[in-house]
Amino acid sequence: MPVINIDDLTDKDKAVMEVNQLKLEVKLERWLTSKCCEEMKDYIQAGEEDDILVKGIPEDKNPFKEKGGCVIC
Amino acid sequence: MACQGLQKGETLASLKTESDGLKKKLEVERGKLNDVELHQVAEKTEVLGALSIKTRRVLKGHGAKVLCMDWCKDKRRLVSSSQVRTSTDLWTREHGVSLPCTWVMACAYAPSGCAVACGGLDNKCSVIPLSLDKDENLAAKKKSVAMHTNYVSGCTFTNSDMQMLTSSGDGTCALWDVESGQLLQSFHGHTADVLSLDLAPSETGNTFVSGGCDRKANVWDMRSGQNIQSFESHESDINCVKYYPSGDAFASASDDATCRFYDLRADREVAVYQKDSIVFGASTVDFSLSGRLLFAGYNDYTINAWDVLKGNRVSILFGHENRVSRVKLSPDGTAICSASWDNTLRIWA
Repeated sequence: MPVINIDDLTDKDKAVMEVNQLKLEVKLERWLTSKCCEEMKDYIQAGEEDDILVKGIPEDKNPFKEKGGCVIC
Repeated sequence: MACQGLQKGETLASLKTESDGLKKKLEVERGKLNDVELHQVAEKTEVLGALSIKTRRVLKGHGAKVLCMDWCKDKRRLVSSSQVRTSTDLWTREHGVSLPCTWVMACAYAPSGCAVACGGLDNKCSVIPLSLDKDENLAAKKKSVAMHTNYVSGCTFTNSDMQMLTSSGDGTCALWDVESGQLLQSFHGHTADVLSLDLAPSETGNTFVSGGCDRKANVWDMRSGQNIQSFESHESDINCVKYYPSGDAFASASDDATCRFYDLRADREVAVYQKDSIVFGASTVDFSLSGRLLFAGYNDYTINAWDVLKGNRVSILFGHENRVSRVKLSPDGTAICSASWDNTLRIWA
């Protein structure tokens, strides 16, 4: 059984939890946003060619295309 | 545990002041490294062409709102769950079998494809092994694994069939051993119902993200139970959280009608996906394979496809006749499945 239920915590308990958490977070090591965004852009561009939902796929190759129908040659 | 750090004479008011002070300091620290917005970095990126995505299948068969769905790794089978007044059917399409589970809000396929997990208003999460034998009595094989003190809102297997993570209305998340039902780790930090969780892609290690009614998204270390990072920028409940394919970021969907994107290494929100014309809550999000698109399901019955880099909406997917409760990318990235309160599932490709 999980140790607590938030309904059992008082407002003060919740405030203590929050303060302790914030103290930890203020000390985190962070990267420059520009560096992170550049990496994200590179990651996307590396994978984009294979991303079918972005690039689209010819109707006849779509695994979900409508089945059936007649083809007259 | 709840009394750790309580100093003599600390009152609720003094704690709130300390908390506000720390939050300001956190903003300043985050701000020092915030030199650019994501869409600025993406200015030179090619604009996306119109998407050719449309409904390919409509799966009927549920007698009530479909609240949750998950893909099997084999890319062909789905598990989905709905809620009716007296009983709920958990239904895997290929088997066409109703699995015995009541009041289901969350469901997940096991990585092996041999079992499904389901949980909800019974405060439990159970595992049901699947069988090709249609006469098999699946009700007898259902096994309770997780026990919370309020509803189960989300569940997922970790990298094997052996462990399961759950999120709950009791404000906690928990890691369970499936075989014994033993609680391996519990995660405390949310101050209200937890509505969603998502496991980091396996290459990036043992973390997961959760979001809830306290408007916070928290990132956790699975082994230590430690809350590593937390983000509070939404203005209302966070209904869904989803990791970015690289594992370095995640997105969230909220009742405040926005979806937001957070970079874990920069430790901040780097994009907001919103429009003045979108006023209904977003309930669910998922990324396309490369991470370029973010699909979000809304309470106005639509699914919006957002350009993650540039921040604009690329496409609107119409078709559902009631709220969209879940969207999920297929394991090979070729399709999106959506579940809705209109009792159907749709496959878009």
